[in-house]
Amino acid sequence: MSSGVDLDHISIKFGDFTAVDDANLTIERGEFFSFLGPSGCGKTTILRAVSGFNELSEGSIRINGVDMKGIGPNKRPTALIFQNLALFPLMTVSENIAFGLEVAGVKLADRRKRAGELLKLIALGDQGDKKISELSGGQKQRVAIARALAVEPEVLLLDEPLSALDLKLRQHMRTELRNIQQRVGITFIYITHDQGEALTMSDRIAVMSAGIIQQVGDGATIYNNPRTSFVASFVGENNPFFGKVTKTDDKYAVIENEHGSLRGCNNQGLKIGDDAILFIRPESLALYNGKKPAENHIETSVLSQEFEGQSVHLHMKGSGDKAIVMSSTNDGSPIALTQGDGVKLTFNADRAVVLPVGELADE
Amino acid sequence: MTSEKINKYMVRFYIALFFLYLFGPLIMMGISSFNTTTYPTAYPIEGFTTKWFTKPANDRMMIKGIMTSLWIGIGVICLAVPIGLAAALMMTQVPKKMQSIYYTIVVSPVLMPGVILGISTLVFWDRLGVWIDADYDSIFYRGIFLTIIGQSTFISAYCMLVFLARLQRFDRTQEEAALDLGATHVQVFWKILVPFLRPAIASAAVLAFLTSFENYNTTLFTKQAENTLTTVLAGKVRLGTDPSLSALAVVIVAITIIGAIAHEIYRRREQRIADAAAEAAKHAAMEADKNMAPIGSL
Amino acid sequence: MSDFTSIFMAVFLAVLLAIVLAPMVQKNGTVLSEYIRGITFVQRNGIFLSTYLIGAVLLWIVVMIILPQLYMIDFSFRHNLPPSKIGGPEDVYTLKNYAYLLFGRESDDAMFNWLHLKVFVRTIVASILITGLAFVLCYPIAYYLAQTAKGSIARLFLVCLIVPFWVNEILRAFSFRILFGSSGLINSVLISMGIMDTPIDFIKADVAMYAGLSYAYILLMIFPIYNAIESLDHAQVEAARDLGSPWWRIHWRVVMPHAKPGIASGCTMVFMLTAGALAVPQILGGPSSLWFTQIIFDWFFTGGDWTRGSAYAFVLLGACIIFVMAVMKIFKVNLGEIAK
Repeated sequence: MSSGVDLDHISIKFGDFTAVDDANLTIERGEFFSFLGPSGCGKTTILRAVSGFNELSEGSIRINGVDMKGIGPNKRPTALIFQNLALFPLMTVSENIAFGLEVAGVKLADRRKRAGELLKLIALGDQGDKKISELSGGQKQRVAIARALAVEPEVLLLDEPLSALDLKLRQHMRTELRNIQQRVGITFIYITHDQGEALTMSDRIAVMSAGIIQQVGDGATIYNNPRTSFVASFVGENNPFFGKVTKTDDKYAVIENEHGSLRGCNNQGLKIGDDAILFIRPESLALYNGKKPAENHIETSVLSQEFEGQSVHLHMKGSGDKAIVMSSTNDGSPIALTQGDGVKLTFNADRAVVLPVGELADE
Repeated sequence: MTSEKINKYMVRFYIALFFLYLFGPLIMMGISSFNTTTYPTAYPIEGFTTKWFTKPANDRMMIKGIMTSLWIGIGVICLAVPIGLAAALMMTQVPKKMQSIYYTIVVSPVLMPGVILGISTLVFWDRLGVWIDADYDSIFYRGIFLTIIGQSTFISAYCMLVFLARLQRFDRTQEEAALDLGATHVQVFWKILVPFLRPAIASAAVLAFLTSFENYNTTLFTKQAENTLTTVLAGKVRLGTDPSLSALAVVIVAITIIGAIAHEIYRRREQRIADAAAEAAKHAAMEADKNMAPIGSL
Repeated sequence: MSDFTSIFMAVFLAVLLAIVLAPMVQKNGTVLSEYIRGITFVQRNGIFLSTYLIGAVLLWIVVMIILPQLYMIDFSFRHNLPPSKIGGPEDVYTLKNYAYLLFGRESDDAMFNWLHLKVFVRTIVASILITGLAFVLCYPIAYYLAQTAKGSIARLFLVCLIVPFWVNEILRAFSFRILFGSSGLINSVLISMGIMDTPIDFIKADVAMYAGLSYAYILLMIFPIYNAIESLDHAQVEAARDLGSPWWRIHWRVVMPHAKPGIASGCTMVFMLTAGALAVPQILGGPSSLWFTQIIFDWFFTGGDWTRGSAYAFVLLGACIIFVMAVMKIFKVNLGEIAK
């Protein structure tokens, strides 16, 4: 069986500006695949290239093994859900859904039937004759999905479709999108800058920055084992510690900095003398009460604390400029710390990663 | 009396004076159309008559002029509206560097005296006719054809401005959405763009027709042997004055005012209906999000 | 009617050609069609739309705007020849049509063609004065409607302003003839009041014409200024007043700078229409030609010298272009803001 969507070393340039630089990956058929990155990272450009609105400067895109070069957006087996949905305001809900069939020359009766089925799928069975302006945000969302599904695409492309909704509806629509994808079983390519969306819905995620794909993997891999400093700092909270590698073995690397020696996993093959960043997640930090300095020992003083219900965040000042954040689950025991208290922290070396120095995501 | 009050009365007085200036001549004309004097005047009033109103209806030249004006108006709609639409659609597609030149060229007919447009059209088609050795009864020497071309030169620009105003509110992703769903470019044009522009097409057509119907300066040079309503009127007014012209003016003014009032009433009713629908929709939508049913199965 | 059949045949043929050609280009795998389809513009719009867009815009810009203007200019530098001699050895360029406007007939004694030059200068100067007058008259009204008047009253006033504009230009001029004619309203009233015995010939004294010209295009001054002032936040005016600014300074420093594009637009339109007016001078002017457009008209239809008429027309066009450029420079606005 041939694969779903192949991006074969594609680059997209607008004049001197390189929007996408040598993206190379394969999206399996039936996969829910997300491109995650800050705005301007090139993720929308890739999506528009797949749907046929942007031309490639280099490389090729294949869908089910067929090269898409020279095939216009109206001839590709893809359907795009736009960020603003781009529903047709002068048509009814049914006419919107059946538009793809109408332009394909499907007979009116068949169109009506198919639109009815899709309306049922999105649980708006009785709203077919309404105007678009009479729908709520969530309903519009569903109509846009139904309109795209009506043309029976092999790949559904979604360009941040939830960004206009309020938080609660957004979370609801995440589950809904995932359900629809599993029901229809086609490939979904999803664009977002919201890591929560990407992590909850996707089978695999590609993290992008400045036109370059930083890492491809499932949510857990991206979160637990980031390969670049950008991924480590963009996905989830992370505490970076800059330093120089002083010791390595087959699994770990030790960096030296103002806190002393810190040890973490060395998955990127760093060598002694390299500049590096050690990342440790707030939830992997723990308070240390022992007398003897532990391995991975950090001396700090408390700046502030935030109580968030199920978890508590402590902001602390270490020897560096940046505040260190520690999160712990609220187990009911009171935390008797006030501003200025000296606190010792420690962490398990298996939970920390040492990565080459690179771009960090803006906070 | 405070100075503020004096100010207020002065403003009112000025406005009254201004409107008197605007309407005075027209009202006098209206009165003169009912006066029995053989020359049009509102003073002295010698008696009341409606006989002047029957005269224009029997004036064959006038009727023929109206017919010619109608044909020209229709021709201008057929030419200027599509051109204006194309020019407006091109506006965003012209390369950046060319944009200001393009705009200057396409709005220049609006800022040019009508006589110049008439003259250049006349001279150009005449020489073209000489050049290809056309007969004198070919279209190069036809008044209706030349007038349609000459008037459309600047009326197209009016239409373009109407379309540009409407296009500013157009969401271009709709075109992309339609293409993405498999529509051809032609289908996008007819099924997405044209329905969106329909109100603008209607107002551009009305504007084109009225402007054409009113036009004198350009028409005078391009009309050749034909006569439009305005040139017939101008001829009559220049030669002599006659209360039947006042009567005709009263009829034209009455028609336009009735048309305007009807349009205004219609517009307000539409607005009211639209407002009510929008209000209801807002309520329904707010409820709908709360109890949206879960998605069903195929 | 043969002219209609010929027009419709031409249009019909053009449409037919487009319909036949479009699918041919679309389907054929020839080099030409591949080349055409390679152009980004065609890719974005498709063959049919590209043909329509380019065709219509080229027809307009080239055949209707640029070529006729160039032809008129070219024509103005030629001798007045019968059609049979056009393109012949006598058809050479000459400056004599322009020389005529300046110096008149060579056989004349006078150094300059005072008659025509005077009319030209009068046309331009009077147009400028009328433009200024229209601005002075309209600005307070526009300001009142845009900033002071309340909703429904303002709407009513606006409709009232538009109504006279719907009346044909010819008929508006005619209404002035009723007022100013020798047996017109003003004369009748003055005589019956015993102020004078014989009617004043307002038409011969040009009073009627200037009054008519001031009246004819006044609305084109109000609306652009009204639109511009309407977008001004009234709080700005109040803030200025609050700061103790006198009323004239508020207008000079706050309102007028904001309304600049509207004022520029109104002035340009009124000047252009007044200088290019033909109906009003014909109807309200005296027996001799008073307005430059009338001389142009005479060259075309009574003098029978189109080349000279074209030269005069080009001079008028030049004056209008200079005026527009001057307005753009004085008000520091671009053409896009003027033509709205």
